[in-house]
Amino acid sequence: MKPGGVVRAVMLAGFLFLWLPILLLVGFAFSADRIPFQWGGFSLRWFGVLAANERLLEAVWLSLRIAAASATLAVLAGGGIAFALARFGPFRGRALFGALIGAPLVLPEVVIGLSLLLLFVALEGVIGWPAGRGAFTILLAHASFGAAYVAVVVQARLAEAERSLEEAAMDLEATPLVAFWTITLPLIAPALLAGWLLAFTLSLDDVVVASFVSGPAGTTLPIALFSMLRLGVTPEVNALGALVVLVVGSMLALALWLFGRGRA
Amino acid sequence: MPRGILLAPLWTWLLLLVAAPLLILVVMALATPADGVPPFMLGWRFAAFAMLVEDFYYADALVAALRLAATTAGLCLLIAYPMALGMAGVRPAWRLPMLALLMLPFWTGFLLRIGAWIGLLRDEGLINHLLRGLGITDAPLALLYTEGAMLVGMVHAYLPFAVLPIFTALIRLDPALLEAAADLGARPARVFFSVTLPLTLPAAAAGFLLVFIPAAGEFVIPELLGPPEAQVIGRVLWQEFFQNRDWPLAAALALALLALLILPIRWFQRLGAGA
Repeated sequence: MKPGGVVRAVMLAGFLFLWLPILLLVGFAFSADRIPFQWGGFSLRWFGVLAANERLLEAVWLSLRIAAASATLAVLAGGGIAFALARFGPFRGRALFGALIGAPLVLPEVVIGLSLLLLFVALEGVIGWPAGRGAFTILLAHASFGAAYVAVVVQARLAEAERSLEEAAMDLEATPLVAFWTITLPLIAPALLAGWLLAFTLSLDDVVVASFVSGPAGTTLPIALFSMLRLGVTPEVNALGALVVLVVGSMLALALWLFGRGRA
Repeated sequence: MPRGILLAPLWTWLLLLVAAPLLILVVMALATPADGVPPFMLGWRFAAFAMLVEDFYYADALVAALRLAATTAGLCLLIAYPMALGMAGVRPAWRLPMLALLMLPFWTGFLLRIGAWIGLLRDEGLINHLLRGLGITDAPLALLYTEGAMLVGMVHAYLPFAVLPIFTALIRLDPALLEAAADLGARPARVFFSVTLPLTLPAAAAGFLLVFIPAAGEFVIPELLGPPEAQVIGRVLWQEFFQNRDWPLAAALALALLALLILPIRWFQRLGAGA
């Protein structure tokens, strides 16, 4: 076998390894058997069972709301921080500022979760806010690490974007606010959107941080899934997985198609 | 525009949500566990740290976590480098769809993918079903809740993160360098070992660390796929916090994990700054 052949074989095996469990999960979601991953004829019954599981659907709805709100907050904070780092020049404490926004990218999840929980407990003890833990504390925790990812994406875009355009606008007597609104914001809009989507996905996928900072009222989808998986899988999990893969897959196909058309 | 007005809320955000939690972690590690809500009494005692040193259970958990992280990152690198080479070798028009194919599993939900592995590996799972159907085994093989299942799950979860930096470095490689080497008579293998590999080694190191750092604190995969005796630090911290309600000890474990990760993190940040 030629070296090129070996490389291609490893690549195909790698993709197969990544994809096979997911494809099997989707395929067996349509099996009637009550043991997951056993073929008992084509059936949509597990989608019906999933649709009737109100606790799980409530968790999905809570997760979607937390993800959307925390991603929005993360874009505001992370975008602002990236802008300050890229455009403000030197300011006092800039190194600390940069280190703090980068920290959640490298801290282990258990450390982020535990430390944020301790913060919320301390805040409640000292100023009485936020009272108790649940959806709101999960939202804040997710926004805090989401902002770190948004800042990376936006900073990369700001570094590429021509600063001269903003300067030209200001030379033409535009106030900095007008220059920001008409030049900078449109330039970084794709990065803000990409950052929002990244923060949204990370929030929707997080079980560790949410488990630490949630109370009894904060059962998100990952927390519900985690306790289901501890007891073993059910065909409902397959049905849910199939739905997620179909939604995400069609969104990505649409994005690729739009991107391809935009370039053509 | 007064920058201070813009900086103030951003500073508040960072100090409150990133700096303060880490400082409180230190305060908590020095407190004493107590009955009550919340279950601690503030103080300045080193009892939690002393426990980490005296009871080898905790040191073992740290070592087990580092070993799991290194094995996972090593396996990922072994698969990721040839994968990235293959992906960089396709026609440029195919690169974006390939990248989508690599990252899409990441967008389908971490827990659902672990659920798929549970369904494949358990006693009544698909693999055992096939093995019995083909007459290879009579009794189900214990596949789930083993070291092997845990490693498979870890590599499956983290592989894309090892491929990304190597793939990026490979497609940014100046083709003129490779052509020059070939023009000077180097065979493809020689070009690879004396040009491509040395120039992409920092990216390979970045890929290794991008897996190693989060894998060292991993809790979910050892808990759902690994054997009960795979007591890695993420799991031990979780148990001390949720089951034993020993918050000071959990905080001390978090600080110990951070101390061990400082060097890999610094190394990773240096690689990032050089890229």
